[in-house]
Amino acid sequence: MEMISLRNIDKWYNPSFQVLKNCSTTIEKGEVVVVCGPSGSGKSTLIKTVNALESIQAGDIVVNGISVTDSGTNLPKLRARVGMVFQHFELFPHLKVIDNLCLGQVKVLGRSRSEASEKARKMLERVGLSAHAEKFPGQLSGGQQQRVAIARALVMDPVCMLFDEPTSALDPEMVSEVLDVMTELAGEGMTMMVVTHEMGFARKVANRVIFMDGGEIVEDRPAEDFFQSPESPRAVQFLSKILPH
Amino acid sequence: MFSNLDFSVVSNSLSYLFFEGMTFTLMLTAIATVGGLLLGTLIAMIRLSSLPVLPQVAAAYVNLMRALPLVLVIFLIYFLLPYVGQWVMGASRPIAVGALTSSIITFTLFEAAYFSEIMRAGIQSIPRGQVEAGYAIGLNYRQMMSYVVLPQALRNMLPVIFMQTIVLFQDTSLVYVLSITDFLGAASKVAQRDGRLPEMYMFAAAVYFIISFTASRFVQRLQARTAIVR
Repeated sequence: MEMISLRNIDKWYNPSFQVLKNCSTTIEKGEVVVVCGPSGSGKSTLIKTVNALESIQAGDIVVNGISVTDSGTNLPKLRARVGMVFQHFELFPHLKVIDNLCLGQVKVLGRSRSEASEKARKMLERVGLSAHAEKFPGQLSGGQQQRVAIARALVMDPVCMLFDEPTSALDPEMVSEVLDVMTELAGEGMTMMVVTHEMGFARKVANRVIFMDGGEIVEDRPAEDFFQSPESPRAVQFLSKILPH
Repeated sequence: MFSNLDFSVVSNSLSYLFFEGMTFTLMLTAIATVGGLLLGTLIAMIRLSSLPVLPQVAAAYVNLMRALPLVLVIFLIYFLLPYVGQWVMGASRPIAVGALTSSIITFTLFEAAYFSEIMRAGIQSIPRGQVEAGYAIGLNYRQMMSYVVLPQALRNMLPVIFMQTIVLFQDTSLVYVLSITDFLGAASKVAQRDGRLPEMYMFAAAVYFIISFTASRFVQRLQARTAIVR
């Protein structure tokens, strides 16, 4: 079953600058797809088109059978079921951790406060942060904040998860705690689209790798193939720079 | 040179000064702050929206209010309001609007222009990522503004809002032009009745100073405390 389908996506920031050029790919239910490429290649923009945080000028996007591009689609309702994790966490700094996790459940899904709170605590336990429910995000480390952000997405019972460079803003020693949570999630069969430079994670967890450059999808292949024998010279060059020497 | 001063005039009129005068001053300050903040936030949101025409109208309103002296606006609204009321309600004659009502409307409208600029800066200070995160969990525009952006904007701007309120507290004394008995108006009346102008004005100055200065010290402490840890 197709979970995310992108067909011929075009996006211009202005008439002379095209950020996405005819991008197409399909992500099956349960698949983990890593999107990589040099900075400015359009990775983040592409992943944000999936839940319409970025608009597009041409093409079609379908998530879980619902068209994102159709003007009649209830976007808030669709976004509620698509989990998103940001590079800079974007927890709500004025709300306690527990309230960060309850806001969407109560206001969007219409759950009762006690039901939402119970779900939130369960999810915090899962990411190993039960003790921090009553703290404010600013009192947590970067790695802890990102795990809270993952929990905030998971309490909404998402059908798929989008990760936009989830470890890029973290201190090196905190990267693994976040990747561990993501690996576990992948193991449970969550459909994931992950923009990342963590090639170790891609190699170990991803089913497929999408390599982008200059707004185009240059390669879209099974992860093993991509790492063993990248086809395009641009991918070869990228890998030679990013992989440990 | 101060041997002729007699401050007993102050102690004899304390209850009039505070119960009549200061009560009105504080009421007008409070209403204009709350009303101006609500209206100002609405204006700020309109100015930052992508609606047609309305942002320009809101901007024109703010620029007009900020370009006119407050005394002029007090007079203008006092004399125009009866005709506006007539037009709005379709009455055959101008509507009678008391000085009190007129002053409350004037200060609310005038402060809204200033508060809208404060709130506009506050809203713009919230990173784009917060807006995206709000949308990403499924909030609609109204929810995203009320639960994510506005609470943070208000909190960031709290010290500036309080400083504006302190200025407003002093500016309310301009209602004397409509013969309203605010604190300064009450002091003036007693001063003229008893022929004790220097005593009463010195006392009024001391009261304004103590209240404003104490409030601004409070704001400084608040500023240090409420900064959100990011």
